[in-house]
Amino acid sequence: MSYNVNEKGYYGEFGGAYIPEMLYPNVEELRQNYLKITAEPEFQAEFDALLKDYVGRPTPLYFAERLSAMYNTKVYLKREDLCHTGAHKVNNTIGQILLAKRLGKKRIIAETGAGQHGVATATVCALMGLECIVYMGEIDIKRQAPNVARMKMLGAEVRPALSGSKTLKDATNEAIRDWINNPVDTYYIIGSVVGPHPYPDMVARFQSVISKEIKSQLLEKEGRENPDYVIACVGGGSNAAGAYYHFLDEKDVNIIAVEAAGLGVHSGESAATSALGKVGVIHGSKTLLMQTTDGQITEPYSISAGLDYPGVGPMHAHLFASGRAQFISITDEQAMDWGLKLSKLEGLIPAIESAHAFAVLDEMKFKKDDIVVINLSGRGDKDLNTYIDYFKL
Amino acid sequence: MNRINQKLQQGKKILSIYFSAGYPSLTDTVQIIEDLEKSGIDMIEIGLPFSDPLADGPTIQASSTQALHNGMTTQVLFDQLKDIRKTVSIPLVIMGYFNPMLQYGIENFCKKCQEIGIDGLIIPDLPVDVYADEYKATFEKYGLINVFLITPQTSDERIHFIDSVSDGFIYMVSSASVTGSQSGFGATQEDYFKRIASMNLKNPQVIGFGINNAETFKQATQFAQGAIIGSAFIQHLTENGTTKIADFVKAIR
Repeated sequence: MSYNVNEKGYYGEFGGAYIPEMLYPNVEELRQNYLKITAEPEFQAEFDALLKDYVGRPTPLYFAERLSAMYNTKVYLKREDLCHTGAHKVNNTIGQILLAKRLGKKRIIAETGAGQHGVATATVCALMGLECIVYMGEIDIKRQAPNVARMKMLGAEVRPALSGSKTLKDATNEAIRDWINNPVDTYYIIGSVVGPHPYPDMVARFQSVISKEIKSQLLEKEGRENPDYVIACVGGGSNAAGAYYHFLDEKDVNIIAVEAAGLGVHSGESAATSALGKVGVIHGSKTLLMQTTDGQITEPYSISAGLDYPGVGPMHAHLFASGRAQFISITDEQAMDWGLKLSKLEGLIPAIESAHAFAVLDEMKFKKDDIVVINLSGRGDKDLNTYIDYFKL
Repeated sequence: MNRINQKLQQGKKILSIYFSAGYPSLTDTVQIIEDLEKSGIDMIEIGLPFSDPLADGPTIQASSTQALHNGMTTQVLFDQLKDIRKTVSIPLVIMGYFNPMLQYGIENFCKKCQEIGIDGLIIPDLPVDVYADEYKATFEKYGLINVFLITPQTSDERIHFIDSVSDGFIYMVSSASVTGSQSGFGATQEDYFKRIASMNLKNPQVIGFGINNAETFKQATQFAQGAIIGSAFIQHLTENGTTKIADFVKAIR
């Protein structure tokens, strides 16, 4: 079985491009060009140089000694929190902005939930001198004021999404509508492995640098390329896709996907798509989707805005359905406790999204010699207000 | 023969109206359909509301959201329409997004449409290639015409492909936009209308998006066999309720 996308844009039964005809020329242009352009030596050289000198790659693979001792196993952290802008998101926006430039696009649009992808997009637009418009749910704009300010400083226009539930899925709808209205000069930088083909594959490829580096770093530190476990949180799933990418066909690597259970999987306030979702179509992709029996998309909940998405990327839906990955859901409370625990134990304040991944250490039993890689996808600066409110700091 | 084909073969310039089922009130659906037919409308697109209507502007979004709040679901719509053919004889099309239909089950959905007397479907986010590969046979089994959209950006090659897969009419989106965001047609639109008219497609064309008054209706039907009004009619319902539908239609033609 293959875990990568096929020629038609599907991972097993998931994926495809369920888009209105108005978007067809744009998406088709991208589909026909993304592999060709990203394979060009000049593109790769520019991408690699920016990842190195601008983003700060390779990010370290850090052996977490105290954490390892506590759980009596070998825990390595992939330090995506050290990327410029504070999370892995920028790996993808660098790649897509280079692609947009080569396609001759002048205007960049993006959606954002917590604001991390918005900031990463505004950053690369500033870098390239391109106009940038970020759609953000009205409610998220209120919840994530520091990131809104960052985007503005970087020269982006932040447009509130006023429709529907006024959060990430609605910001995505508004970005898609903008693209329908501006089909010629505009490029849409999607922030996760979601959306119509070729976005899930393209974003996964740009993020795959994470697992590429893990392989060479583990070889150096442990004399082997493959860990026993690779663990990452999944909202849409871009950091996870990057962390899994080069291990998908390595049968000896256990892939663990961590979803946000919110207040509990069956509490009605959750974002655990693999547990609660059914096959459906959202934002142009057939995937697992939280929805009513009537097919209306329901609003997820997680304390972490980055995991607060009612679907998962089609690659992850396929990893779940095929059994290749094990899906675990972690509550707000578990994740928040880990935010504090990791801070005190290792001096690392994680993004709340990433904190979910660490809670797997309490849920699973690892052997002493197991090599467990956890993707620390982002740092917690952006979440300080949530941490302050939660712990009354 | 399907009522859509019959209607289009009469050679008349047709006026079609879209509205969201269950709006303004849940139980207005049937009354609106009956009043539209009495007012001389040629075809009706019944909107099956969806939580995330990607191709729609604020007017249709708001009416869909309200309809969902009112309690509209796929099953409720089918129940409301079960006797519609006792009173209404013009072509009826259901327009909606793919996910609610997928959840109902495509075969069940089509079967139900046939039982009720629905003539066709418009599903903006079901791409033509997926339809051709996976669903065409089912739609045809239940006598349903599927209608595809084209836009000013659609290539000639793709228009010919869409024409080959279609068996009713082609829905020409007037300009690059979501619904309800245009006012008036300029030279760019006229060039596009002329270009399509000169392609000698086997399916007649009906223009939608941006038709909102007598002038735009006239402009559109100069080049195409009909025109569809959506947002402007919903706006009318929002402002006037369901009592003055005939006035709206009279003002168009």
